[in-house]
Amino acid sequence: MRKALAVYRKEWRQILRDRRTLLILVFVPAFFLLLYGYALNWDIRHIALAVEDRDNSPESRALVSAFVNSSYFDQVALIHSPAEAERLLDANEARAVLVIPERFGRDVTNGVSPQVQVLINGDNANTATTVIGYATSIVRGAGVSLRGAPPAGPRLSAEPRIWYNPELRSTLFLVPGLIAYILMITAVISTALSIVKEKEVGTIEQVRMAPIGTFPFVVGKSIPYFLISLTSAALIILAAMALFGLPMRGNWLSLLLALSLFIAGALGTGLLISTAADTQQVAFQAAMLTSFLPTLMLSGFIFPISSMPRALQLITYVVPARYFLVALRGIVLKGTPLWLLAPQMMALTIYALAMLALASVRLAREAR
Amino acid sequence: MDKNRNAIEVRRLTRRFGGFVAVSDVSFDVREGEIFGFLGSNGAGKSTTIRMLCGLLAPTSGHATVGGVDVTRDPEGVKRRIGYMSQRFSLYELLTVDQNIRFFGGIYGLDDARLAERRRFVIDMAGLAGREQTLARDLAGGWRQRLALGCAILHEPRILFLDEPTGGVDPLSRRHFWRLIDTLSQSGVTVLVTTHYLDEAERCHRVALIHAGKLAAIGTTTEVKQIFSGRPILEIRTDRPVDAMRILDATSGVEKTSLFGTALHVVLRGRDVTPERLVSPLRAQGIAVESVAEVAPSLEDVFLEVIDRAGGTAA
Ligand SMILES: Nc1ncnc2c1ncn2[C@@H]1O[C@H](COP(=O)(O)OP(=O)(O)O)[C@@H](O)[C@H]1O
Ligand SMILES: [Mg+2]
Repeated sequence: MRKALAVYRKEWRQILRDRRTLLILVFVPAFFLLLYGYALNWDIRHIALAVEDRDNSPESRALVSAFVNSSYFDQVALIHSPAEAERLLDANEARAVLVIPERFGRDVTNGVSPQVQVLINGDNANTATTVIGYATSIVRGAGVSLRGAPPAGPRLSAEPRIWYNPELRSTLFLVPGLIAYILMITAVISTALSIVKEKEVGTIEQVRMAPIGTFPFVVGKSIPYFLISLTSAALIILAAMALFGLPMRGNWLSLLLALSLFIAGALGTGLLISTAADTQQVAFQAAMLTSFLPTLMLSGFIFPISSMPRALQLITYVVPARYFLVALRGIVLKGTPLWLLAPQMMALTIYALAMLALASVRLAREAR
Repeated sequence: MDKNRNAIEVRRLTRRFGGFVAVSDVSFDVREGEIFGFLGSNGAGKSTTIRMLCGLLAPTSGHATVGGVDVTRDPEGVKRRIGYMSQRFSLYELLTVDQNIRFFGGIYGLDDARLAERRRFVIDMAGLAGREQTLARDLAGGWRQRLALGCAILHEPRILFLDEPTGGVDPLSRRHFWRLIDTLSQSGVTVLVTTHYLDEAERCHRVALIHAGKLAAIGTTTEVKQIFSGRPILEIRTDRPVDAMRILDATSGVEKTSLFGTALHVVLRGRDVTPERLVSPLRAQGIAVESVAEVAPSLEDVFLEVIDRAGGTAA
């Protein structure tokens, strides 16, 4: 206990002395969030929209305002012919054109299902899909408020395609993924490097000559990084709440538990890497391959797991971020209660225990 | 302290790394309170031997006891009894002198009262008073070295392993350091120290020469020099030592020659070879001989002899 405490104190002193690294560990994650968050955010807002209103009725004007007020669309032109629409789209001056037919207002009043047309520049299939998603939901919303009641609101002539985020808030959907990714970087890298550095300078040998077991050493060594990673996670989440309106619908304790389990697994991975790597460079590369890439590519963060080839889907089962993402999205976005997330929590626990046990065994063996 | 008891006993200790034998069948004893020097060139197997004796590395075969504890059976027990200073005097660069002491005291399990007392002792011993808050990385070589020694003896071990403790340190600090080792030895601490500075070996009570993993000679420095008994060594100074070596090597009665700085050491096969017989062929070739004198064998002579007998070359 006293020995673990000595290691713990020493580790903190080293970290605190190395201000730059500490700042990187704590603030760069939040900075990453800002960077990615805004980059992703910007892309889906302020879509340049041209409007061809052939009806020019109160109803049609209300629909146009609904588009503009959504803040997803900025009206850049009012046009009067299909030729103009084509020109604007080709010149990339507009990314979408809303065409409202002559009888729109009358159809709405008569309860006949009216149709509007949205033309979209399909260069970028992803953006196009997103734009269709926005337009569809705005038109539906407008239909409801115009008619006051169902059944048939205005329908778009385009077939709505899959859009996985009915709230139109893809940033929010991505934030949990970013948190996982960023935590993986700080936790894995900081632990792995802190031990490999000691190997490089030779202090670890001096410590091994002391009668201190592997367990107190590992505990004393990793708790500071655990606390730092947790702080960093808290900062990211608070930043996401303040800047992107990330909700917190679930329980804070559940969130703490999910974060802790995930970080413990990441620390274990870092320790394990440090037992195999002799230089910081090797450790860094090992972390890239075993942690960052899978978290980025195979967790469902960017690419949905269901659309992956079968072989890759199997690999995702050993990527802890896969479970963490489900848990985090559930807790934060949907307020899912903990017991419904039991499988994910179990998976995270197993991963963390397995990594820590493997790392301890390897560290103990290396000592001989 | 009992000068007749062994602090360290090593029997046929061997360590392989794959197919490579780093330490081969090494046996020796170190008595309590002795300063025992472990000499050998780089890669000879000194550090590997020490690591086995400290319980850090398991021997491939053979055994050893340190302070009466078997290193294979109870490596943790060994660790509690010994102090160890690695060849890089590894301190935490980003910690202060004081924090380094607290850390090492902590991992040796010292309680607060004992730590405070030992801390004072170490600061005094290392001459670090007033520098307690200096970062280790800002200390000059000699202080770093003495701080590393201090950290290694915080828990008052009876046996101390020092692996090349004087590498890269100025001569004055080296002398200071050896005085500290003498003091420790007088208080009964057994010291096993490796070095490749042969002048330091003269300060050891006994030395062991290790070459290519094998123990080549052991004893007091006087004893190991007996390897030359009956074969005098002449030191010859000339203006063209390299040419002189070639000529002397071809002269009967000369066993071998080696260059020591600007002088030549010539090992003779026996007492019957007179200096005149060596000098005349040199003069005949126009080489000016400044001086010829019989010298006592130095440890370096012994070292080269040992390497020659092993059929190898110095690294
Ligand atoms: N862990 C290891 N794996 C492989 N070879 C090693 C290892 N440790 C030492 N050696 C080799 O064993 C030999 C002796 O090394 P060492 O004991 O460090 O020599 P010394 O301390 O006398 O300079 C060297 O050739 C070294 O390369
Ligand atoms: Mg060595």
